[in-house]
Amino acid sequence: MNAKHYDAIVLGAGATGLTAGIYLARANLKTLIINEGLIGGQMILTHTVANYPGVWETSGRDISLIMKKQAKEFGCDIESNVEVTKLDIRSKKKMVEIDDDEVFTADVVIVATGGKPRKLGAKNEDKFKGFGISYCATCDGDFYTDKDVIVVGGGNSALEEAVSLTKWVRSITVIHQFDNFQATEHAIKQAEKNDKISFILESEITEYLGEQQVEGVKIQNQKTGEFRELKTDGVFVYIGYIPNSDKFEGVLELSEMKEIKTDENMQTNIKGVFAAGDVRVKKFRQITTAVSDGAVAALSAIEFLQK
Amino acid sequence: MLGTNLKHIKSEEEFNEVIENNENVMICCGRMGPMCLPVYDIMENLESKYGDVKFYDMEFDAPHAHVLRNHEFARGFMGLPFTFYFKNGKATKATTSIQNKKQIKNILDEHLV
Repeated sequence: MNAKHYDAIVLGAGATGLTAGIYLARANLKTLIINEGLIGGQMILTHTVANYPGVWETSGRDISLIMKKQAKEFGCDIESNVEVTKLDIRSKKKMVEIDDDEVFTADVVIVATGGKPRKLGAKNEDKFKGFGISYCATCDGDFYTDKDVIVVGGGNSALEEAVSLTKWVRSITVIHQFDNFQATEHAIKQAEKNDKISFILESEITEYLGEQQVEGVKIQNQKTGEFRELKTDGVFVYIGYIPNSDKFEGVLELSEMKEIKTDENMQTNIKGVFAAGDVRVKKFRQITTAVSDGAVAALSAIEFLQK
Repeated sequence: MLGTNLKHIKSEEEFNEVIENNENVMICCGRMGPMCLPVYDIMENLESKYGDVKFYDMEFDAPHAHVLRNHEFARGFMGLPFTFYFKNGKATKATTSIQNKKQIKNILDEHLV
């Protein structure tokens, strides 16, 4: 199989990957962005972006489309919706194979593979996806008009989406595994003062119950270990994200949370391999911080190639 | 009309024409939300690879979308998008909520091509 060589390969086309691509291509480096999912990554799932400096309120999708256009116009090649089937980033010349039939090599690789929504792992979760289990209140909320639903999670997404669901549903029970919320004070107050919302804390759903659709859940109290069943018409799950780092286990140094460890210049433990964005160890995950990571990783990669 | 690069089905008549006059048809009926966008993107990506399949979208909230919203295959569906696969004018498979590329390719290979 003939390999096509690039100066740099960026894995991932979210805010981080696209930014890295823009910077690399602007530096006249032959750059390929490889993306397994949707261009824009998690950014595209954000309906309204109101705090991106220099841009009036817009959608994550619109920012993604502009970033993609910028990357392409500056000369990046983009392969999206492909599967990375082989990866060798240990050698001096890095290799990435996609869809079992195309091979690319590069002198540097930037890993910007981001994260994906964490699944609950409860019994019957896959069976009921779309039949009572949803991960998007704005998409599916109206299917639950005047129904009783559960929201799982205790972060900003869970509480904000619970409040937004009150437009449609009759009641919401927020189930959270800890005894306190990880959301901001504002989000907690908005949820607490809403009459439609009640809370079950220190509890986890262990099983979805029902025949064709979700009719109830089995819940375990984390403190006492006791189980109980609760009737419901639907469950919305918002329990955070996990990093897309599986392909790098045993190769790149990962944290306990499976995030890639880097220094402040996004350098990993392997020369010529940089990691940036939500896949790396960091505290704050915003579009602004993703863009910043992408720029730093690209500038570090450019410096590396010049040495 | 949905802001995708797919062909749009804009009326019930057009829907009937499309499924009657094409052997293999995939239609994604949704909105421009986070569960629907990835499916449109995958379909755009697969268009060139599956020459024997016609790919369309349909706006979930348009009146004519009742042909899919109320389709017998969509009974119990509570997640967008509703994605349908037709062979020789007849539905052979439908899914609710987001699907990844592998899942869609498997359905295309098993039920259409």
